[in-house]
Amino acid sequence: MRTMPAFDRDDFSIPRDEYLYSGHSGCPGCGATLTMRHVLKAMGPRTVVVVCASCWTGIAGYFPTSSLKVPSVHCAFASAAATASGLKAALEMRGDDISVLAWAGDGGTLDIGLQGLSAAAERNDDILYICYDNEAYMNTGIQRSSATPLGAWTTTTPLGQDRPNKNIMDIMVAHGVPYAATVTIGFPSDLMRKVSKAKGIRGTRFIHALSPCPTGWRFAPHLTVKIARLAVESKAFPLYEVEQGEYIITHMPRDRSLKEYLELQGRFKDLTDDEVQGIQDNLERAWQRLMAKSRIATYATP
Amino acid sequence: MEKVMTGNSAVAYGVKLARAQVIPAYPITPQTTIVEHLAQMCATGELRARFINVESEYSAMAACIGAAVAGVRTFTATSSHGLAFMHELLHWASGARLPIVMANVNRALAVPWSLLAEHTDSLSQRDTGWLQIYCEDNQEVLDSILQAYYIAERVRLPCMVNLEGFYLSYISEPVHIPEQEQVDAFLPAHCPAYELDPDRPAAFFGATFEPTMLYRFRRDTHQGLEKALRVAREADEDFHRAFGRRYGLLEGYRLVDAQLVLVATGTSVSTARTAVDRLRDRGAKVGLLKLRLFRPLPADDIRSALRGVPKVAILDRSISLGAGGILCQELKSVLYRADGQCPAVFGLLAGLGGIDVTPDLICEIAERALRSEYPTEEPIWIEVNR
Amino acid sequence: MRESIPGPVSKAGTVPTKMGSWSTIKPVLEGKCNFCLLCWIFCPEGAISQDEADRKVLFDHDYCKGCGICAKECPTKAIQMAEPEAGRAG
Repeated sequence: MRTMPAFDRDDFSIPRDEYLYSGHSGCPGCGATLTMRHVLKAMGPRTVVVVCASCWTGIAGYFPTSSLKVPSVHCAFASAAATASGLKAALEMRGDDISVLAWAGDGGTLDIGLQGLSAAAERNDDILYICYDNEAYMNTGIQRSSATPLGAWTTTTPLGQDRPNKNIMDIMVAHGVPYAATVTIGFPSDLMRKVSKAKGIRGTRFIHALSPCPTGWRFAPHLTVKIARLAVESKAFPLYEVEQGEYIITHMPRDRSLKEYLELQGRFKDLTDDEVQGIQDNLERAWQRLMAKSRIATYATP
Repeated sequence: MEKVMTGNSAVAYGVKLARAQVIPAYPITPQTTIVEHLAQMCATGELRARFINVESEYSAMAACIGAAVAGVRTFTATSSHGLAFMHELLHWASGARLPIVMANVNRALAVPWSLLAEHTDSLSQRDTGWLQIYCEDNQEVLDSILQAYYIAERVRLPCMVNLEGFYLSYISEPVHIPEQEQVDAFLPAHCPAYELDPDRPAAFFGATFEPTMLYRFRRDTHQGLEKALRVAREADEDFHRAFGRRYGLLEGYRLVDAQLVLVATGTSVSTARTAVDRLRDRGAKVGLLKLRLFRPLPADDIRSALRGVPKVAILDRSISLGAGGILCQELKSVLYRADGQCPAVFGLLAGLGGIDVTPDLICEIAERALRSEYPTEEPIWIEVNR
Repeated sequence: MRESIPGPVSKAGTVPTKMGSWSTIKPVLEGKCNFCLLCWIFCPEGAISQDEADRKVLFDHDYCKGCGICAKECPTKAIQMAEPEAGRAG
């Protein structure tokens, strides 16, 4: 496979092969689409993607079209994990070594699909589950999910989300899964290295992929990657992995201000300075808790 | 080999003989012993299959769907609330044209909580595109599981085999277990419709907003169910050739000269046979029609079986609240004729609530119907009015 | 696939619906390109490629939706978002 050199401070070179066709129906600057493009580069062709109801139901192509170069199986909203588990069991009965990638949004993962995901993780079924998190129900038009961050406007939180988002990584790590990681498209080599590592591990692997959404977060589409990067650098979305319970920070934030990250997004425009400070304090405490239980990867420091 | 076994064990033996490969299941009374039996068979290697201990019936059906896309034989079992919890995915399985086989042990839905037998759980899933078979005894349960795979795989549609909770699930009867080689000949290895192959990638079951496209899929699925009538007949004939037993899509009993025909499904049929014999002994011209295949509904067969019969009494163990017994609704629509030449139809809520339908009760129902020119109430709450 | 497919199944790679009309603003290369290909890796459309022979970065305007991520992320500011001249491929 021909590869490109790494783009961030990481050792993973980027495969040239494409598994996503142009001509899909993702919005301009769609972070969720770019996440899939990056993920499949690391997964390679012997992959089946199980897609539950989400923006990706459409992005994957309307019948009779398909924008993916790997097989995909669409499934009902709450059923990504269980469908993937059944599919994997069948492939094993067939004697086929094909990776099964369950692909769900934050609603399909943190809300309606959490029960099934919990069960698959508890059984340690051999699937890679990726939650592409755009922090709200975007396909239905920007409604709050339990991944919507504190203070964010959505159509169902017109005064701003009044609770911090659910910590899905802690939930999954508590299941004792062999591998869990956070990734984002702002750090493609880090993303692909983690997906590639997850691919090589047996059991339930979970990846939480922050996927900025220009439409729902209210920013101009050219800012998608910049915002993904700022989320990490401002500690709003730390990059780390948990291998057999061991926490490893894979990128040390460069301490960019949270205000800069929030100000680029229209969904935070009504926040007062005090509210921004409150959010920053929350994130700082969460970061300190994460640091206390983590080691830092050698390549993580800028 | 003959063995005395419960209806639930008959299900498990049927699944084993059919060589199901992926079995995701979740326990619910009165289905539980099916799950236990299959888990045991998988654990000991008696059945070479993957048993998945899912956390809900919803996930059981989702996992069946995932496995069936990959082309293996799948099975699950449920009852009442579990079936209702699966509802969304029942539509998904038929729309996706996956030959999943499921046993449903009929039980009433709450409120109030109950374990009693009602057919409302499965009959209210009639619009989901699943084939539905209803069994009268434990031998028919085992045999119907085998026939279900035969039909489902040929028409690419899922099939539900129904047996009543307690009346069949936990009552033991002698059941003949066919030889594996004979079953293998009757039910050869599954040739799936789909090819899940990374070398020839495809997208399964995506979206469409094109009305004519959606319309076409609906028509195709409906035609699949229509085709299932013919295939179910072939399955029964092939089964008869192989094992010497046959059931038909429906069965007429002492229909000659009948002035009144009782229509029943499930365990009430056995009781009704006894009642019909008694009534005939008393000189009453009463016959019986057993309905075994409910979806697709063998409408032509029903019409010919009931041709010229002046009165029909339907024993319903189900109710569509606000409309009446579900079998009664279905039978009426089949028997309706624009020229007015329809029989008088008595819709009797006889087994509803798990009420024991005794020969005496059926005789009473029949004699009352014979005395009345036409029904004066609809539905007839037989237990309340006695 | 087998001859008769009963359900809604699409062959992979049957998409190409040209989405280029979504925007009239397209990336145009203005020189200064250092061939780092960050634009390529960050394109959500997969509409950027590289000429095998002269390594020149190519933009497929038929599929580009004009989001402008490539221009924003270009470290040498070699990409401008503009209305491309007729017949010019970027």
